[in-house]
Amino acid sequence: MINRRTFIQATAGLATVSLVPAQSMATPGAVQTSLDALFDGRPLQAGRVTLSLPPIAENGNSVSLEVDVDSPMTAEDHVRRIAIFAERNPLPDVARFTLGPRAGRARVATRVRLSDTQTILAVAEMNDGRLFTGTAETVVTLAACIIL
Amino acid sequence: MDRARISVPATAQPGEVIELRAMVQHPMETGFRVDSIGRRIPRDIVTAFACLYNGEVVFEAAFFPAVAANPFLTFHTVATETGTLEFRWTHQDGETLSEFAEITVA
Repeated sequence: MINRRTFIQATAGLATVSLVPAQSMATPGAVQTSLDALFDGRPLQAGRVTLSLPPIAENGNSVSLEVDVDSPMTAEDHVRRIAIFAERNPLPDVARFTLGPRAGRARVATRVRLSDTQTILAVAEMNDGRLFTGTAETVVTLAACIIL
Repeated sequence: MDRARISVPATAQPGEVIELRAMVQHPMETGFRVDSIGRRIPRDIVTAFACLYNGEVVFEAAFFPAVAANPFLTFHTVATETGTLEFRWTHQDGETLSEFAEITVA
């Protein structure tokens, strides 16, 4: 016999499942897969990278992002690459930048899409191969992707 | 990808770090959205950007669907010599668009 309690218990699961569309977010391992492919599994070290995003993004379709790496940008000591990841986007890769001593300053700004409230990760690769990371958290009130 | 806007200072001191800005008009369709009758809208994005200073690449970017429509970039370079800066965008189909700016370094 179906009473109120068993009905709610049975349908509660359904409701949560149907609210999350298929492929709506990347698996946490997807960021790791990208990192491994890009930097062949070298260790990451927090620091030297400042990632700036607004603390609250009203529209996930266009969120300003700025990454700034503390580096003298000389021929002997410079940033070679910067990669940005958003772990809860359908595809965690956001953008990659290739710099060199001729960039003068390791600071890049752009606008990105975020499908959910999440922590964004920026990884900077130095010319000696060391990897530094910076993170920023943004609360997204209106997510990208669901807006048609 | 038909209209681009760039910002380059007209003059600079030798060795000065200058700020460059570039924007290209493009919807950056992610490939994750569906239309009103549920069909998936195919991905259509600009995948690469490069800035060349007198023919030499000084900055490059790779874009994924998470880059917002009308991809916008602010970056820097060292003003080394008088010449031409080329800003080049490449679409996923291989089509390219270039914008040029002159800079006087003295």
